[in-house]
Amino acid sequence: MLASDLSILLPEIILAVFAMLGLITAVYTSKDGLAPVLVWLTVAVFVGVAAMIGLSGGPTQSAFGGMFIDDGFSRFAKVVILLSAAAILLVGQEFMVRDDLMRFEYPMLITLAAVGMMVMVSAGDLMTLYMGLELQSLSLYVVAALRRDSARSTEAGLKYFVLGALSSGLLLYGASLTYGFAGTTLFSGIFEAAEGGASLGLVFGLVFMIAGLAFKVSAAPFHMWTPDVYEGSPTPVTAFFATAPKVAAMGLFARLAHDAFGGVVGDWQQIVALLAVFSMFLGAIAAIGQTDIKRLMAYSSITHMGFALMGLAAGDEQGVSAMLIYMAIYVTMNIGTFAFILSMTRDGRHVTNISALNGLSSREPVKALALLVLMFSLAGVPPLVGFFGKYAVLVAAVNAGLNWLAILGVIASVIGAFYYIRIVYFMYFGEEREPLDPSGNRLAMVGLMTAAAIMLLGVFNLFGIDDLAMAAAATLVN
Amino acid sequence: MSIALEHYLTVAAALFVIGIFGIFLNRKNVIIILMSVELMLLAVNINLVAFSAYLGDLTGQVFTLFVLTVAAAEAAIGLAILVCFFRNRGTIAVEDVNVMKG
Repeated sequence: MLASDLSILLPEIILAVFAMLGLITAVYTSKDGLAPVLVWLTVAVFVGVAAMIGLSGGPTQSAFGGMFIDDGFSRFAKVVILLSAAAILLVGQEFMVRDDLMRFEYPMLITLAAVGMMVMVSAGDLMTLYMGLELQSLSLYVVAALRRDSARSTEAGLKYFVLGALSSGLLLYGASLTYGFAGTTLFSGIFEAAEGGASLGLVFGLVFMIAGLAFKVSAAPFHMWTPDVYEGSPTPVTAFFATAPKVAAMGLFARLAHDAFGGVVGDWQQIVALLAVFSMFLGAIAAIGQTDIKRLMAYSSITHMGFALMGLAAGDEQGVSAMLIYMAIYVTMNIGTFAFILSMTRDGRHVTNISALNGLSSREPVKALALLVLMFSLAGVPPLVGFFGKYAVLVAAVNAGLNWLAILGVIASVIGAFYYIRIVYFMYFGEEREPLDPSGNRLAMVGLMTAAAIMLLGVFNLFGIDDLAMAAAATLVN
Repeated sequence: MSIALEHYLTVAAALFVIGIFGIFLNRKNVIIILMSVELMLLAVNINLVAFSAYLGDLTGQVFTLFVLTVAAAEAAIGLAILVCFFRNRGTIAVEDVNVMKG
């Protein structure tokens, strides 16, 4: 019994043991001297575990009496999380070395955060949900403050910690009410208790938990930590924040909404739809005035979370699959964009000001073209892949009868296109003053070019992720 | 008068709200924010234990133990980040957490 339960958890156990072994080994040997090796090792382990999960297939399994669920949905999310984390470690590697940030704790904390995220998307119980969420959050608070001697980085860590702790508190309060009024912490039990209309107490619990999760996905009006944390954290860490944790939090959101409250879709649909509208518009409008590209990407991620939530708001299988497609595409675009941001230096120092992009096209036409493709894709310009993500969530919203939401989404996407195109304008028509250094960051360039190529080549069949997402969504919604 | 479930829930709700207000209204000290966070988590624990006793179900108390453990870890990490912040800025006043305007 125990052995079969543990075998279901094998990927998580491998990563957790790897993280602990890595920490002990580094502490007792050459400490930070081991860090570059550990980064490569972590990437290899991530890819290996992702392959193991992706190729395993098989029916839905549950461990520990339903507290941990291993189904198509969680496998899809885990593969996206692990691959994106591995990609971010790779593209950020040279930056970390150059800025003297290559500490052995960094890859290990990322590994622990990844374990937390994997537990989150597999949660079948409020306790599992909480433990996974906290393992992820506690690791992320520390990596945000990784640059210990910088006022900005520690301030980012502090702000992230305070608001993250607040959101955990809200989520927990909701969990305690849900437990009290459903009589169980198991999602399947909550589903039965909510059958035929949730009691007032359950609705209260649900609302508190949604508020807590909205903090984690940085959906407006719970987004206020995002710009500061993105700006203050070291750029590779920011890149990580914008990718894997978002997928995990959306996955957890979908799991809670469908596994635990799937019988009372009407109770959470409007809340999620409102969160989506607020996020799309706030992100799109507030990003216009930004001069720092990391802050801009923060508002951009708020907008994108709004679109992903639109898929969730549809409340059906199509909506969940649209959300998964959207998240996978979003993560790819963000890896490419951050790979570019990581290579922005002037006189050997990292710059994040948007005006530094002025005249980039004349000096480095290939790089500028790759960023142009990514920006158009982020804006959702057809026929790039980013457009198909937006299309999927809009269709899902229309099919669920949320026409008003889809219309607002289109309007927000038009407003949002402005600031992406402004970056392209700077690159191609901006007047060059102080040029950026020619990039020597090879891995980041590979990341940028690969992401741009995916945005172009994916238009034929999206590399088949839509079928995978459909199959994954089918295991979650029933 | 006997103490029923509602009384526990009321106390917990009051503590929880005090905790939230402690985070948002406090303009002095980051340590007070940490205390407020702790207060919120303890309010949740009261809720869980009260429900557990009311339902005659041990799950709530198991949950409480998890929350207590995580709260300890959370306080440790919060204080560690705060120490780093203090080394850089020489202050832990809330109004000085303002290098970036968000």
